[in-house]
Amino acid sequence: MPELMQFLLSGITVGAVYALVALGFTIIYNASDVVNFAQGEFVMLGGMITVFAYQAGLPLPLAALIAIAATAAAGVAFNKLAIETARGAPVVSLIIITIGASIFIQGVAQVVFDKQLHRLPAFSGDEPLHVFGATILPQSLWVMGGALIVFVGLWVFFTRTLTGRAVLATSNNRLAAQLVGINTNFVMTLSFGLSAAIGALAGVLVTPITLTSYQIGISLALKGFAAAMLGGMGNPKGALVGGIALGLLEALTAGYLSSQYKDAVAFVVILAVLFAMPQGLFGRKAMERV
Amino acid sequence: MRKLLTGVALASLASLSFASFAWADIKLGATVSETGPASFLGDPEAKTLKLMVEQINASGGIKGEKIKLFLYDDGGDPNKARTFATRLVEDDGVVAIIGGTTTGTSMSVMPVVEDAKIPFISLAGAIEIIDPVRPNTFKTPHTDRMACEKIFDDMKKRGYTKIGMLSGTDGFGASMRAQCLAVAPNYGITILADENYGPKDADMTPQLTNIRGKSDIQAVLSPGFGQGPAIVTRNYAQLGITLPLYQSHGVASNGFIELAGAKASEGVRLPGTALLVGELLADNDPQKPVVMAYKTAFEKATGTPVSTFGGYAHDALRIFVDAVSRSKSTKPADIRDAIEKTSGLVGTTGTVTMSPKDHLGLDLGSFRMLEIKNGGWVLVK
Repeated sequence: MPELMQFLLSGITVGAVYALVALGFTIIYNASDVVNFAQGEFVMLGGMITVFAYQAGLPLPLAALIAIAATAAAGVAFNKLAIETARGAPVVSLIIITIGASIFIQGVAQVVFDKQLHRLPAFSGDEPLHVFGATILPQSLWVMGGALIVFVGLWVFFTRTLTGRAVLATSNNRLAAQLVGINTNFVMTLSFGLSAAIGALAGVLVTPITLTSYQIGISLALKGFAAAMLGGMGNPKGALVGGIALGLLEALTAGYLSSQYKDAVAFVVILAVLFAMPQGLFGRKAMERV
Repeated sequence: MRKLLTGVALASLASLSFASFAWADIKLGATVSETGPASFLGDPEAKTLKLMVEQINASGGIKGEKIKLFLYDDGGDPNKARTFATRLVEDDGVVAIIGGTTTGTSMSVMPVVEDAKIPFISLAGAIEIIDPVRPNTFKTPHTDRMACEKIFDDMKKRGYTKIGMLSGTDGFGASMRAQCLAVAPNYGITILADENYGPKDADMTPQLTNIRGKSDIQAVLSPGFGQGPAIVTRNYAQLGITLPLYQSHGVASNGFIELAGAKASEGVRLPGTALLVGELLADNDPQKPVVMAYKTAFEKATGTPVSTFGGYAHDALRIFVDAVSRSKSTKPADIRDAIEKTSGLVGTTGTVTMSPKDHLGLDLGSFRMLEIKNGGWVLVK
């Protein structure tokens, strides 16, 4: 029994990391149908900037704030310099641009920062909490809390605010959105800034668990992307459930089947789900008007 | 102003051409992974090569001849490494090549140098590079098989015969796992649990829970590289496992203690090189002056702490310089013969004595068993 509990806690820890990263994909996808493959780099920037600001002697909360603000600025710049100039290009081209941006940000990060691994101290110490004979680190609770807050924030944003609905309208039909008076350029800028900020927040929260380095973005983004696909791209609820489900799948496979094949098993399950439900667990049904 | 600039440019041009007429430089090639996924290995290697070539030239070169270093960054890509090796041989006309930061890049440089008969000193770990022995290929780092042997030797001394393993699935972890499984019977060690984790995983408590569940296990070995071993060590403490934990030489650096945390890594043992514990070596240890000289010079020039990997490049260059000063000419074939006759050369990794059958030249004694105590290293006697 304590074994099962430990597997579950491990799955939730890892799943919360995936969910937090997956949530970052939501806004940009909702505004433009673009899967932003540079999302992992926002996570990396959040972690790395915090680490270096903290090493320079700033208190941790201030370092984290600076990192989130700087990453949001990087997100806005990315939109202005790369996405906006390619306006009118098909979605696939824009996705390829995000891959290019991801490689570029990594290159800059290894020059500006360094090539070593770094870690932040855990926010509430390293003393494990005991739950039914299993243990969990307090930092995992921070990550889960962060994921929940971002989830609630996004849900309120998309369903209760005018700006959030403007984002959804822009994604539905850019021209129609412009005609009803939505400033679509502003919506795009806002969505990149917010996505980058969410990514950076994820980076700050997960760095004490996953450690960080200039190249950690890709692997986090891939897992986050898989989680978002599983849950349904664009739906905050999907990102949350998909992330936790992916983490639990991996942990239970590693615990009961084989640690060698845990990634393979997780991806086979994802494929099976997508086969039955191509939109993911909570995805929107695609509607094409003829 | 423009006139002055032109004057300066002409003067420097003149002095340059004068320089190249005055000395027949010894051309040394290198391809290391200064950027890319292996950059934390390749970066200190590149810095070491540049620094030492500068030092050697400042103190008069080898037998009065200066070394000219052709250094390329292959970014950890075996294809690029091969292209650069070809360029070094065909365009730059080097007499020897140092490099191949990773096993992948080294294996792709190997056919080029074996065709061109240019001596090649690799900086990568795997045993495949020197086993079977190829005439022109040498290497400086210990093999992972030796790391396994050193660890099992220490386990046997402490009376542990039943162990669990938790290995990374990256190239380093997978290769060391295979070597450890192969040599374990020689030391009477049985491996009761053989678990794995992905190189980017964030939590290894399920695997460790399973290892903990097997009551016969007396010690745990974790071959791996990068962040994985640090997370394993932290999870080990989180689960409150009290069995002795062994890590590999892949994480033998102060950075590891920092990442894993001093408290979680207390009591962890791993095989490392003398470079890591320069200050702790006995004063009569032959490696002490070599290690301390390199450490001081590197840390002064770069402002970053020395790493084992930079030490591999240091040893490779020392072997090259030693061979050139013993050989009768600077022809690649003569340098190759001289490298093979290297004997008793003290480097940062160990004392190197090569032979036609052994292109590594290190024995188990050059590995030091280290233990982490109070956030620092101590030598295990």
